[in-house]
Formats: sequence, C-alpha cells, structure tokens
Amino acid sequence: MGLELFNTLILLLLVVAALIALRVKDLLTASVVFAVYSFLMCLLWAEMGAVDVAFTEATVGAGISTVVMIATIFNLKRKSSD
Amino acid sequence: MFEDGTIINELFIERLNYFIYVILLLIGLHGMIAKNNLIKKLIGMSIFQTAIILFYVSVGVKEGATIPIYLPEHDPHGSHASHGDENGTDEAVHGPVVLEAGMVKGYANPLPHVLMLTAIVVGVATLGLALALCLRIYQGYGTIEEDEILAKIERQEMRSKPSIIVKSADSSKSKTSGSDKSVSKPKVSSSTSTKRSKARPKAKAKIASTATKAKTSGAKSVSPKPKPAASKSTTTGTKKSPAKPKTAASKSTSKPKPKSRSKPKAKPPARAKATSTAKKATASKPKPRTPKK
Amino acid sequence: MKKLSLIPVLVVGALLIYAADDFPEWGSPTAPASASPLSSHFISNTGVDTEVPNMVTAVLADYRGFDTMFETVVVFIAGMAVLAILKNSSGPNSKKKNFHIETEPDIIVTNTVRLLIPVIQIFAFYVLAHGHVSPGGGFQGGVVMGASFIMIALSWDLEKALARFPMDRCFIVAGLGIVLYGGIGLLSMFLGGEFLDYAELANILPVSREMARYHAMLGVEIGVGLTVTAIMFALYANLATEGRLKGGL
Repeated sequence: MGLELFNTLILLLLVVAALIALRVKDLLTASVVFAVYSFLMCLLWAEMGAVDVAFTEATVGAGISTVVMIATIFNLKRKSSD
Repeated sequence: MFEDGTIINELFIERLNYFIYVILLLIGLHGMIAKNNLIKKLIGMSIFQTAIILFYVSVGVKEGATIPIYLPEHDPHGSHASHGDENGTDEAVHGPVVLEAGMVKGYANPLPHVLMLTAIVVGVATLGLALALCLRIYQGYGTIEEDEILAKIERQEMRSKPSIIVKSADSSKSKTSGSDKSVSKPKVSSSTSTKRSKARPKAKAKIASTATKAKTSGAKSVSPKPKPAASKSTTTGTKKSPAKPKTAASKSTSKPKPKSRSKPKAKPPARAKATSTAKKATASKPKPRTPKK
Repeated sequence: MKKLSLIPVLVVGALLIYAADDFPEWGSPTAPASASPLSSHFISNTGVDTEVPNMVTAVLADYRGFDTMFETVVVFIAGMAVLAILKNSSGPNSKKKNFHIETEPDIIVTNTVRLLIPVIQIFAFYVLAHGHVSPGGGFQGGVVMGASFIMIALSWDLEKALARFPMDRCFIVAGLGIVLYGGIGLLSMFLGGEFLDYAELANILPVSREMARYHAMLGVEIGVGLTVTAIMFALYANLATEGRLKGGL
C-alpha cells in the first residue's frame, strides 16, 4: 500500500513538472525543472526495480543533459516568447 | 460507480499508471507541436522520450520481485554457494546449475532494462545534436522563435526573386533582367557567380570564408539528416518546402538551402542580382548591415 | 492556429487510452513481456554461461553485444556531427566578445573541486569495473568520468580543461573505444568463432570459457566507457563556446 502511494505521488509530481517545464517563459528555469523531471523519473525506476536504468538516467538525464542544455542557453536568448 | 468492471474503476484505479503515462506522452507531443521556441520543442521531445522509456520499463515489472542481479545464494559460481565443510561429503551441486523455474519468478525481467539503456543514451546523443543545430540557427537568423524564422525566410525569398514588380527605383533595369526569364536563369547564376567572386575581396574575408564553410557544412549536414533528429528536421523541412516552390521558377532549388543558412552572404548577391550595377551593389551592401547592428 | 494542434493530440490520447484497456494488470508475473521464454532464458542461464551476476550487464555486453556496439557508434557520430556543425561557425549573432573573466575563479570552489576530482574519477573507474556485480557498467562510468572533466571546465575555465584533454585527443580516444570493441569481436572471429563470440577467447587466455566471456565483457565495457567519456566532454566544450573553444561558461 505504501509503495503504491509513493508510486502515484511521484507520477503526479512528474505530470506537474512536465507542465511547468513547458510553461515558464525563462529557459533557464525550464532546464532546471527538466532536471527535476529527470530525477523523479530516476526515483520511479529505482522503485520499480530497474536499477541500471535509474543509474543511467541519474547520470545522463539529470547530469549531462541539463549541463549541455544550460551551456547552449548561455549562447542564446534566455527569454522565450511562450 | 466504483464497482469492478466499469470504465472508471478499470481506468483510474487498476491502471492508473498507464493513464498517467498517456498523459505524459500527450504533454510531450503537444509541446513539440505547439510551442514556438525551439528549445521548448526540444524539452517536449525529451519529455516524450522519457515517458516512452517509462512505459516500456513498467511493462516488465513483477510485483514482489527483486532487482535483476543474482542473490548470493542463487549465484551458481559464487563463493557463497554452500561449500560445506572440508569433509568430502558435500552434495554434487558445485557445478554450474541452471536456476530453477520457481526462482525465475523472483527476479525482475532484465530485457526491457537493456533496451531502454540504449534508448536513454541515444536520446542524449540526439539532444546534443539538436542543440548544436539550434545554435547554428540562432547564428544565422538571430532568433529561435519559429514564427520569426519563418517570416525572415519569406522576406528573404521575396527579396531575392527577380520579379517584374520591383519596389526599387531602378525598375527599368530590373524589367530587362526579369522579363526574359528563360535567358535570365543562366544570366542570373553567372551574375551571381561573378558578383560573388567580385564581392569576395570587397566583403570581409572572414564572412566569405565562413559563409562558404557554412555552405559546405550546410550542404553536408542537410543531405544526411539523421533520423532521430526528426523533430528538428520536420520543422526545418516544413520551413523549406513553402520556400521551394516560390523560387523554383527563378533559380535552382539547391540554392535556397545554403542561402537561408548563411544570411550575411545572401543579402549582397541578392541585391546585386536585382540591380545589375556594381555601384548599386557596393552602395546597397551597408544597407542590410545597419538594421542588424 | 496552434490551438488546432490540440485536436490530433487529443485523438492520439483517446486512442492510447482505448488501447490501455487491454494491458495486463500492473506487475503481474504472467504478463506477456515477463512470461516470454527469452526473459526466462536470460534469467536462468546468465550465471551458467557467463558467471556474471548482473543480468543486465550480461545481456547488454554479451547476448546483445551487437546492439551495444552500434549504440556506441551512434554516440560517436553525434559527437562528430556536433563538431562538424559548430566548428568555425560564426554568424552575425554569435557572441564574438572575448570572455575575459572579470572575477577570479572562486577560491572555495577551486579548492573543493581540486580535492573532489580524483575521488570522482576513481569512482568512475569503480562503476565501470564493478558493473558486473552491481548496477553500473560502461555507460554510467563513462558519463561520470566525462562529468569530471566538465567540472574542471566549470570551476576554472575551459582552457584549463582543454589543456588536459584537447579536442583532437578527445576524438582519438573516442575512436579508440570503438576500435577496442570491434577489435575484441574480430579477435574472436580470428580464433574460430563468430563475431563477438567471446568464448573463443579461452584459446589464448588461460581461463575457462565462462571466465573468458567475463573478461571480454570487461574489455568491451572499457571501450564503451572511453567513447562516452570523450564525447560527453566534446559535446559540452563545443556547445558552450559555439565551436570556438575559447571563452564559454
């Protein structure tokens, strides 16, 4: 019962994070919220028993993907119109 | 309303997880289609990819099963296997023994994990490539909003087409060059090549070299467009296809692609084509520069 | 106009929800994906064939080694393509300013990072080598190692990181990783087996056939780790500086 509750809570937080990442007008905020989304995915997979996938997502998704995106936004405009 | 078998019970309570996966997929898909900013489109693509990976991994979940690494007592070759005492009355079970069928149910299914590991790594490679393309688009157009880019392409194509209706003052010269469309094609291309070769020592050498390099790199990166960068290629593909039929009448179709990528080089030969005098070319060259500055 | 895009999205959503009705119960062991003979074969025979306790690493590097080789090639191609797109690129909107860093690198950050980087790199090697027994493997170890170089670039400046890992050496290392992977496969072919049939390596190594697969998997993971390390750092360096390799974050 507790595990299912955890599962459902994390899934709802995922949906909220995805919506926020697409709605904010500041690209830096969107990148950071996207890192939060990746980290919540990693937690979900660790709970499901997919530890290798969780490890990979933690390093690649919340690590490299965020850093590379912020390095690109550094050279672009930080404000987006929608 | 909450009895077994009704739609609400089946969808929301027993299969809630699948329902939320579908919602995540839809959020990612809508973000890819409807957002204006290119970086937001990429975030939508990543959300879509990770939602699909989540779906696949959750298909292989077994309730109450442990992670797919052998427990020490099941490991056929591990040192935890019961070697017993030093007396020689051990059982003959020290050779490699296949795991029994009953134990198989206790481990999670490793196959989806393996496939999704590959998917995650390929996803990050695609993201890096797409971000590099975004940078290049920003260098060429000055913006990463999709509607502004489309407007700039349309303005460029309208400006570089030698049409009879020309808004500039020297309409007579453009009429002679534009009325004879069948002859104007080789003339236009030769004039562009001569204007380009003349303009090269005049224009800054750096921009010319980067423009030629950008053209070759643009041609190279356009032709083998990688399939995973489908979202980027579809958006640029749709940008190019309305531009193509417009300018097919006046010049070869391979020209708009490198032209739209290297904008600072496109403007001087475009103006030089519409007006066929070298003086107007040099006079008009500062004009496209100043509004950008 | 963009509001019209909601219609196909909702149609796709309705179709998917309609299809979600057919799925098996969450987590049941009799689900078709879990009851397939292939997964049962992998779970029961991994220990016997390869002596590797981590089933995911065994399937990734041994049973499905061909997929992993081409995935490494895909990562390499992505790094090359980023270099090809961004090298010597400049348009009217590229940041040509010389990034003189007005402030010195912070003393706390640099000293902390100076203590941490060797530990991080040893941890990366550990994750790579211990991937047979614990979660980990080539990709994860390679990414952590590449992240350590990015950390040097972030706390000091990019020139210091490039002094340790120049861009041409990046691509040599990345190519070396793929050559290592393919080389082990070809070596098995020369010894009489098929491509990537690691058990044939027992003819030259003084170990049993199962342990030959164990050690060949380690070699293959090292190849993957080398490629991923180099490409992650190259990706960051090119994207942060628009191909110029000067200035940057």
